[in-house]
Amino acid sequence: MADGTAMPLAGGTDILPGWANGASRRPLIDLSGVPDFAGRIDEDAHGWSFGALTTWSQLAAAPLPPYFDAAKQAALEVGGRQIQNRATLVGNLCNASPAADGVTALMCLDTVVQLRSLRGSRSVALADFVTGNRQTVRAADELVTGLAVPRRGQDARSIFRKLGARRYLVISIAMVAVLLEGSRRELKRAAIAVGSCSARPMRVTSLEREIAGRDAACLAAAAGAALPELAPISDVRATSAYRTHAARTLIAGAVSDCAALLP
Amino acid sequence: MILMNVNGAERQVEVAPDTRLSGVLRDTLGLTGTKIGCDAGDCGACTVLLDGEQVCACLVLAGQAEGYAVTTVEGLQSRPLAAALQRAFLAHGAAQCGICTPGMLMAATDLVERNASPTKTEVEDALGGVLCRCTGYVKIVEAVLDHASFHDGAVVKAGMGWVGERLVKVDGQRKVDGTEKFGADLVPDGCLELRAVRSPHAHARFHFGDLDAFELAHPGVSVFIAGDVPGNNSFGVFPSHRDQPVLADGYIRYRGEAVAALVGPAALVDAIADGDLPLEWTLLHPLSGIDAALEPGAAQLHERAPGNVLVQGRQVTGDAAAALSACAHIAAQEFETGFVEHAYIEPEAGYAERKGDRIEVFVSTQTPYMDRGEVAWVLGIQPSQVRIIPSAIGGGFGGKIDMAVQQLVAVAAWTLGKPVRCVFTRGESIAATVKRHPARMRARLGCDAAGTLQAFEFHADFNTGPYASCGSIVANRVPIHAMGPYRVPAVNCTTRAVYTNDSIAGAFRGFGVPQAAMVHEALMDELADRAGIDRLEFRHRNALRPGDRTATSQQLGESVGMRECLDALRPYWQAALADCDAFNAKGGVYRRGVGIGCMWYGIGNTSQPNPSSMRVALARHGRFVLFSGAVDIGQGASTILMQVCAEALGVPVADIDLVSGDTDLTLDAGKSSASRQAFISGNAVRFAAMDLRRKLLRYAEAGDAACMRLEGDAIVFEEGASRYRLAIDDMVAEEGELVMVGTGHFDPPTTPLDENGAGVPYATYAFAAQIAIVEVHLALGTVSVKRIVAAHDVGRAINPTQVEGQIHGGIAQGIGLALMEEHLPGRTENLHDYLIPTFGDIPDIDIILIEKREPLGPYGAKGIGEPALIPTAPAILNAIHHATGVRLERIPATPDRVWSALQGRNT
Repeated sequence: MADGTAMPLAGGTDILPGWANGASRRPLIDLSGVPDFAGRIDEDAHGWSFGALTTWSQLAAAPLPPYFDAAKQAALEVGGRQIQNRATLVGNLCNASPAADGVTALMCLDTVVQLRSLRGSRSVALADFVTGNRQTVRAADELVTGLAVPRRGQDARSIFRKLGARRYLVISIAMVAVLLEGSRRELKRAAIAVGSCSARPMRVTSLEREIAGRDAACLAAAAGAALPELAPISDVRATSAYRTHAARTLIAGAVSDCAALLP
Repeated sequence: MILMNVNGAERQVEVAPDTRLSGVLRDTLGLTGTKIGCDAGDCGACTVLLDGEQVCACLVLAGQAEGYAVTTVEGLQSRPLAAALQRAFLAHGAAQCGICTPGMLMAATDLVERNASPTKTEVEDALGGVLCRCTGYVKIVEAVLDHASFHDGAVVKAGMGWVGERLVKVDGQRKVDGTEKFGADLVPDGCLELRAVRSPHAHARFHFGDLDAFELAHPGVSVFIAGDVPGNNSFGVFPSHRDQPVLADGYIRYRGEAVAALVGPAALVDAIADGDLPLEWTLLHPLSGIDAALEPGAAQLHERAPGNVLVQGRQVTGDAAAALSACAHIAAQEFETGFVEHAYIEPEAGYAERKGDRIEVFVSTQTPYMDRGEVAWVLGIQPSQVRIIPSAIGGGFGGKIDMAVQQLVAVAAWTLGKPVRCVFTRGESIAATVKRHPARMRARLGCDAAGTLQAFEFHADFNTGPYASCGSIVANRVPIHAMGPYRVPAVNCTTRAVYTNDSIAGAFRGFGVPQAAMVHEALMDELADRAGIDRLEFRHRNALRPGDRTATSQQLGESVGMRECLDALRPYWQAALADCDAFNAKGGVYRRGVGIGCMWYGIGNTSQPNPSSMRVALARHGRFVLFSGAVDIGQGASTILMQVCAEALGVPVADIDLVSGDTDLTLDAGKSSASRQAFISGNAVRFAAMDLRRKLLRYAEAGDAACMRLEGDAIVFEEGASRYRLAIDDMVAEEGELVMVGTGHFDPPTTPLDENGAGVPYATYAFAAQIAIVEVHLALGTVSVKRIVAAHDVGRAINPTQVEGQIHGGIAQGIGLALMEEHLPGRTENLHDYLIPTFGDIPDIDIILIEKREPLGPYGAKGIGEPALIPTAPAILNAIHHATGVRLERIPATPDRVWSALQGRNT
């Protein structure tokens, strides 16, 4: 594995379709038999931890506080149920597709990625873990052993909005996850992530800073946001101009809908 | 050695751990009920249960399944809820072609075993990972919601199964229990695998390096190239247009063209990469799009087609230009459509096997007799030396008219003397086979001050791609239909089909008429608005009526239900207009609109003989047998032909067996295309059954009104009080085991068209109108279809369940055409970049069947296959216009395109 020839296999829902597209078959290391990697969701003093092979179905079905709602909503958009039953959160992160539905929601949760190799262990913030289209900081000899999500206050809520050209089984034209903390009268903190609009899913920190501390009623500001973090491309799904506009529209709607959920 | 529990039995399988579970099930364990549609998790056809949870078997490796319990469709009968689902699918007509049915049943089993009374949304969420291209999902949802009614083994009561009854599909049981054999499901012993090496370039020349050295380096693998084709290296849909090579002879006309075929044991063939073949390319400038091909000095793709024009169509009546200039109101429209992929869930597949001086081809095909002739031509043998055995067909829609694997496996099997099979990958299926013709159309329509249509002008250029395929059918059918189902005294319609280096365009549900309908229906809306007349009433005023003359000067008969369709829709239309006004008055980011689309469609081939011949026999073992060459491509032809046969014989359908498709056992019934099997083969069956009945009555010296029924090894005739029992064993057989045989033949009465297109192109026409209610998100440009009401004049619904199923499926394809589907060569060669509607994209659908009986048809029937699709996209586009004021001139109406149009920047 260290020399990059072998590839770790989790749910297989990205690797195996690649074969159909003519990708050469690399030797695989099946992680499903390794107890430490088992799919599990645990709560501890700091927050929540996810085993490396936790599937999207497990996430969707788990009893979790409301700030996980965006992640759960995104979980149900990762392919069909067949995919959600196999595909793992960590596999989705390691595959590092710009259009990965779950990544935006996990970014809003300030998820930390835990890696281990013979050289030792390290933790990397998800926002730094995915570095580009199909690129991560994971070294060839490293495995992701799990994810950690810090605990939030009782007043945190989240929401996920996806835009595609059909209802099910669709690669997003754009998607947005929003996590807000505070009350409708005063937002303490906002986390907003956008997918399919850059080489990797991005937090739009400029807008997060702008709306933090403001009254939920003037969130319309989000609709005019500049979104300098995004650099959408034109492809078979949409033009880049449309993507920028759609991201802005989705953010405005998601922020407004999420604010309505606040206590 | 890998251990897994499959359908309750412990199995040890000797496979590499990185073998896909779908392959283990099908190839190692012989459980071919699990289907493969994409190998990428995009279609869900291979859905199985892994420890009770639905997964795609193509995305699980054998090693990962070790120790798990795997359940496939073959294991459902022992699970009570699953068995109830199977019965519900049968009763509701939820399986059409059946290729997605196992996957649907597995996903549904996962659902109902957790949640016995799911909501509609829960059903859609649970089954949303499985694609269906036939049913529009409506009857699948109904079946799952209603499965509890089938717990106790209740099945639909058996009637006579005659015309008008909702008879369960005669081939339905095989489709729900996994035993149906599709093109990839039968593999003879010792069968070799064939893989075509295809061009990655759209326009190129090539030559091979040292192939002898290549073969020496790859023992066990044979390489076939153009020179190895034993007869003629060409084929086509018409003998007069055989312009496509089996294997390219040094010249490539499209991306995906076969340059060589590798044949050998699967493991050896799979181990060779395309790039391993010694090939040298010289790239040429590709003619992409109609303009490039028509440019002066453009490369000449075929010697016989100067200027790259394959064919021109023409339909002229009166002086349209002069009549237009005298019109009070004129509307003009330009419109463009792209390639559309059939996306049947079953990729092309089959095998060939040489038997002495004959060859047998088992293949998924819409047209066994055409295949027979083309395979004979390619091999340089007589058609009588070729036997085509159609497999079950996992969706056709026109795409399985052209040969795909037939010519390749036939050449290899004939030469090597061993059976050879070929199964297309999804990418290959999309890249190599035909598409709907992209059309670029412009038209003008005019009416007088009172709103009566006066004149129509239309021109369309169709991108027919590199080979003729069905291009001439499209170019000739469209001018006849382009003005829509209306009285228009002056018409000038012209078309061209143009060769390019894009994908091959061929037959796809409607032969170009769906494209043209989007234009005439946009024009009808514009003119209605200008004349100040309600859009439905404007159509009603101008609709064709019985006895009218069409633009080809054909006088229509009685079966013209266009105005009845509009009458039936009127209350829905008026309610929808009011609902939209009320909704839009509230403001907000959504706008609702309602649109209407009308169509007419000539049943059968255009002004060409297209006969069907059938045989019905009484067999020695005391059963009737229908020998039908009309292949059932999922549309239900087998079932309705059996219903016609039963009624014409006067016996219950349960007394009749069906032999279908095999060219050695059945007569030529023509292609399953042009919505022709119900009307044309239906008549042939009726005549054959009447012939047999007449012969039997004469033999028994019974009167014409006598009842006839089978009773064990005898046939009993009853007439009033008299009863006569005829022992079948006492009868002298006409041939072999067939005691008595009836034959029937029908060729619809048409005439050739003259140089202006006058004549009788079709014996009868179907008519339809649909209304669509849509909701448009003004900021995102997304369009959601909320409801469709469809009124169809089918003449007579032989099986109403199947007619509804055809309409549901046609509407789903129409939604795809309008909103999401466009194939871009080289970019959408999978089912996640090429999008077809899913469970969640189908609105509520109401169907109104209008039965204006066609005197020429079997018990009044006409056809429904293509008519089901044609009005949908026009209705949706007109609804978008009603909602937003935006008239799109390019489909699909994707969110970015609608948004852009809303910005006033029409791109």
